[in-house]
Amino acid sequence: MFVTDWLAWATAFGTSAGILISRNWRINLILTALQYVSVFWFLQSHWSLLQAAAFLIAGWMSCAILAIAHQESAPVESSASSWPQGRLFRLTVTGIVLLVTLVGATRLNTWLTLSFPLLWGSLLLLGIGILLLGLSLQPLRIILGLLTTLAGFAILYAAVEKSVLVISFLILINLGLALAGSYFIEQTSETRYKETA
Amino acid sequence: MSAPFLWILLPIGWSILLALLRHQKTVALVGSLFCLLLMGIALALPIDVILSLGDLQFKIAPDVTVLGRRLVLPEESRPILVFLYGASMLWYAGAASALPTRRLILLGTPVTALLVAALAIQPFLFASFFIQIAALMSIPILMARGEKPGKGLLRFLIAQTLAMPALLFAGWTMSGVEANPGDIALVMRSIALLGIGLALLLAVFPFHTWIPLLAAETHPYLAGWLLWLFPTAAQFLTLGFLERYAWLRESSELIEMLKIVGLVMIAAPGFLALFERNLARLLGYAVIFETGFALLAFSLQPGKRDFFFLLLPPRVTALVLGAYALSVFWRQNPDLNLNTLRAIGKTLPFAAASVVLTIFSIASLPLLAAFPSHQVIWLELARQSLQETGWILLGSLGLSIAGLSTLHVFFNAPVETPWQSQETFADKVFLTLGMLLLFVQGLFPQWFALW
Repeated sequence: MFVTDWLAWATAFGTSAGILISRNWRINLILTALQYVSVFWFLQSHWSLLQAAAFLIAGWMSCAILAIAHQESAPVESSASSWPQGRLFRLTVTGIVLLVTLVGATRLNTWLTLSFPLLWGSLLLLGIGILLLGLSLQPLRIILGLLTTLAGFAILYAAVEKSVLVISFLILINLGLALAGSYFIEQTSETRYKETA
Repeated sequence: MSAPFLWILLPIGWSILLALLRHQKTVALVGSLFCLLLMGIALALPIDVILSLGDLQFKIAPDVTVLGRRLVLPEESRPILVFLYGASMLWYAGAASALPTRRLILLGTPVTALLVAALAIQPFLFASFFIQIAALMSIPILMARGEKPGKGLLRFLIAQTLAMPALLFAGWTMSGVEANPGDIALVMRSIALLGIGLALLLAVFPFHTWIPLLAAETHPYLAGWLLWLFPTAAQFLTLGFLERYAWLRESSELIEMLKIVGLVMIAAPGFLALFERNLARLLGYAVIFETGFALLAFSLQPGKRDFFFLLLPPRVTALVLGAYALSVFWRQNPDLNLNTLRAIGKTLPFAAASVVLTIFSIASLPLLAAFPSHQVIWLELARQSLQETGWILLGSLGLSIAGLSTLHVFFNAPVETPWQSQETFADKVFLTLGMLLLFVQGLFPQWFALW
């Protein structure tokens, strides 16, 4: 169990860092889908297997919705950003988030008695999700940032709340964010098409 | 029949039926009449009391159970229902000629119902889920087909989404505090999480940036509606937390913090308004200013409704009027920069006068709607500290100067320029009634008190 927890942590870290570093939407969506596998692993330690699987499927559906919207509209990668975008910069901030969340998880571990990889993994997803929100103005990356943040939150919240209503709401909000993202992508593409025409 | 069915589920079902109607004005008429009906029922019929109509006896039950959780609308929630549906009626009535109406009414009604659900859900902390879903549903209202998502809209979505985890964790820690009130560390954690969540929802500095951005990039009427509904719902949520948790309203640190944040949110937008040239952004600053007054009301009367409820009717009148007037300008030219609106008072006098009166009303000028409610807060604050009242004065002064500057730009035209009102008849009627209402609310505030 302990080894698989660390494996799930490594997947969460690798995928979220990959989303932050890569600018390719296909890679980003594949990494998000993989990220949900690690989230599933962490969730099933507190929720029932069925509930965790429902969250995993909702996550994959979100990725599929975004992929379909992106594929149909095929927008050009936007360079709009409010911060520096170099790969080195993004690697550096990922490293900073890694360290900050390590310290946070160590402190939080004295309050919440949860497995350390789970705690660190959830804080890492929260941190990198918020970083994604701060580093981009592109709708897809913002939605991915929100999904990553919510995934991190879900891991932590699953430990304290197991009600069906909460799980249903989390799933609904995940799908709602993906739908909002697909709406953003389609409208952006439509506007660009009109401008080109 | 239950209250949650009447004021939450029925409006959602009704909006689906309303989608069958195509004509904009019919949708506006039917939508506003429906809200009037819901407001009338909330006004006339008490909840959880057996009522007799001839031989027929019935009762509006206060609660309903959904997936193991209760939605409860007790008798005390009636003023909130009257206000929310009454204000929605005003917004929808104005929507008939102010903008593409259908998307506002078809989606706005369920969004309002979801925000009522947010106030009704037990345990109360699940409210943040409903607010998040309402925020997601309002995206198509704010972004028409063929428009790019603006920075303001994206930041709005981010703020609402990030508030949810903070509030849920705050709720969880709060239940711990109730069980163990002596644990100071837990109390501090709880207050910190609640503060972050509410700051994001209430658009407290530095999370306020989405308000002016969204106001500038969206149709002014739609932006006005959103900037009325979401901050007001967040304020009801704040009030709910203070009403429910005695330790929270008895925490002197929290009350002091609310007061300081409130004063900052009054003084800062007043100062920023001095330099603002875009009227839509100015409307955004007015909303932040009003949120400041609400926070101040909570700090002066922790857990009580009187001061806060006084603020609500004047605010909605001013915002509906201001947003409607701006949408009249928008119809001619979507650029709402003051430079492009020089001497517009000669061609759109009703709209121009309405914008100026809206700014003056929110800036607390005497005789106008917001003055009595703001004055009550000034007086109460002055009893505690005269210096702190100075910050309110600075904020009001800033907004008043912005209003005077707008007045100068609108009506400073050569004498020979003829007056020729280009507003439609409906615009003139709506704006005149709105301006009259601002004065009536200012002169007779007791008529509009939410008991």
